[in-house]
Formats: sequence, C-alpha cells, structure tokens
Amino acid sequence: MKIEPITGRYGHLEIEGRPHRLYWEEAGEGIPLLCLHTAGADGRQWRALLNDPEITRRHRVIAYDMPRHGKSSPAPGTVDEDYRLTADGYVAQVLAVCDALELEKPVVMGCSIGGRVVLHLAERRPERFRALIGLQSGAAVPPYYDTGWLHRPDVHGGEICGAFAYGLMAPTSPAAEVDETRWHYMQGGPGVFRGDLFYYTVDGDFRDRVARIDVAKCPLHLLTGEYDYSCSPQDTRALAEALGIGWTLMPGLGHFPMSENPQAFLAHLRPVLERIRAA
Amino acid sequence: MFADLMRTGGEGTALARRARGLCARVMLRAGADETLVIVQGGAVVSVQPGPFVMPSWDVAISAPAEDWRLFLQAVPPPGSHDVMALVRRGAMRFEGNLHPLMANLMYFKLLLASLRPEPAA
Repeated sequence: MKIEPITGRYGHLEIEGRPHRLYWEEAGEGIPLLCLHTAGADGRQWRALLNDPEITRRHRVIAYDMPRHGKSSPAPGTVDEDYRLTADGYVAQVLAVCDALELEKPVVMGCSIGGRVVLHLAERRPERFRALIGLQSGAAVPPYYDTGWLHRPDVHGGEICGAFAYGLMAPTSPAAEVDETRWHYMQGGPGVFRGDLFYYTVDGDFRDRVARIDVAKCPLHLLTGEYDYSCSPQDTRALAEALGIGWTLMPGLGHFPMSENPQAFLAHLRPVLERIRAA
Repeated sequence: MFADLMRTGGEGTALARRARGLCARVMLRAGADETLVIVQGGAVVSVQPGPFVMPSWDVAISAPAEDWRLFLQAVPPPGSHDVMALVRRGAMRFEGNLHPLMANLMYFKLLLASLRPEPAA
C-alpha cells in the first residue's frame, strides 16, 4: 500500500462565539499555505498540492473543511438552521483558523468563494498575510440560475450539485479527476452548496470595495481557468485591471483547477509560489 | 442535428440506465428548427423532427443553431462546453416544467454531449 504524506486531524475552536470541531489536512514544512476550497465541496480538492513533494518541501500546506463541509460538522445545535455563508462570517472563519493553528503570516489561497474571500481579507486584514492567491477570483457573479433547485425535496441534492460542478470543468480535464471533483459535490450536506452561493452571488459582492484594496500592503495573485463560466477569465481580467495587477490565464482548465487537472494547475502555481518566496 | 439520440440514448444504453424513472417530452430547438424527443423509462424512444402544429412537451431547450454547433464539437470551446455555460451567456433557454430537466441534469448533459464526435486521438 502506498501511504500519502498527508495527515488529517480534528481541532476544537470557536468561530464567532460558537464552538466548532474542525477537520483539516496538512503536509510539509515551511511557509504556511492555507488553502480554501470551493462552495459546496471540501479540502480534498487540494489533494495534489498536499502530495506534491516540491511544494511541501518549502510550504506547510493546510486545507481545512469549512463547517458543514467534508468532515467538519455544523456547530452543535445548528444543523437545522437555514445556512447562509456571509462575508463577515467567512472572514471570521479564516482568521479563526489562522489563529487556532498559530499561522504566522501565512499565504492564503482560495478558489471560487475562496478566491472571493481573499479579496475581503486583502481589504480588511492585509497585514496578517504574506501573500494572497485568488483562483477563479472575481468581484461578483450575478445569479444566472435559480439556486433553489440545489435544495428542494423533489430533487436529489447530491445529483444536481454534482451535475452543476461537472459543467464547470474543462472538457479536456482527466476523467478520473473530474469524477473525483464532482463526487465531493455529490457528498455535500443538504442546502450547503446553495448556502455558500449566497455569499458568492449576494453577500460577498465585492464590486464596491475593490478600490479599498492596497496591493502594496499584501501581494495578490490571480489565476483563472479559461473554461470557467462562473468566474470567467473576463471577470478576473476586470478585477486585475481595477487593482492594477497582472493575472494568469490557465488554458484548458475550468472552475476547479487544483482538483480537475492538478498537474496542469501546479505548473501555473509553482512560479507564483517562487515569486512569493523571493519577495 | 439530434437524430442520433435514438442510438446514443435508446433502450439498453448506459444513458438509459442512468435515468430509469424519467419520462418526459423534451423539445429541442435549434433556431427555428424543432425536434421532439420522447424519453420513457430513461430511454429515448422517439426523435421527431418538426415543424409541429400543436406540439405538446414538458420542457424545451432552445439555442441558436450556431451555438448548438459549438456545443456539439468534439472539444467545445469555453462558453459552449456545457448547457449551463450557454445559459450563462444567454445563448440557451430552458422553458416549461423544468423539474424533469433539473432532477436529471447530469443525464441531460451527458445525453446531449453523446452527440459529439469522439475527439481525435
């Protein structure tokens, strides 16, 4: 049996005054690199990064499951609450995890909703981070379908969430990785994907706040896959131009670059991490 | 454009096994051209090209012919590789009772994609 170098553990911490039992995986030593998964998924999306010896030789790579996602259950007594992720709640969550794990000036890399929250982090707490990396990051995604379909009693939530995730990937991504990625969505808790999209499409709208980011206080790197129609390359380009920074287009990748085609993604990520280390 | 669905999604196919409980009349529109696809027990049992005088259907999926052509390429370009990508950019419209479509979304995505030629090796 081949055993991966990833370790998974549970930790107990408070997020916005509520106790949580949170699951995270990590591998490597060096500069902390905290990875944030997409809406409705979990930390398994970062499996290739956690298994990459070149990156883990220089970075302590950490991927946690957000509450209600993966192995992180809802806070006690909240399972029946109408879940809606908010910008304030998401920022508080990331900062709480950084504090609990005692991460000093980590690099935070997030994808999709994670790519959005790095903008909120850059605005609110730039001094806390060595650098921020936004994958599939844009200032806003206006709703383009009724997310109510994702959580209703006459439609299987796992089936429809998996189908939505499937379409966001590139047709050229390896089938095994595509299947792994959509399976994460098929395992999501009821209403979780929809609740995350409340942040993505409504509460986390960042259009009026872009000018508040000072990239001199914390470097911000943006990378976007060309097949993503949720956060499209045009969305990232508009954000980058507003911030006055460059960005990376990733050909042949979709909305889940680190999970749908990890090796292609890592080829784009490595030079970014080199620049962060050299700065 | 859609005639081959009888072969790719007919009885006994893997696609038919995926949606065993599905019965729906699906109108596919490519520009002004209409095709009525009847699915029974998950299998495509009829593909009727229009025009129709009084068509009866549960759900309609409509896009300009050029957008269907892009979608049906072996390796479709960004923005045309998935029905929701087409919806996102306003090129495709779902109408009618969307429940059969949304409750079987993966089936419909794979059924329509089954019309694509195999990518060149």
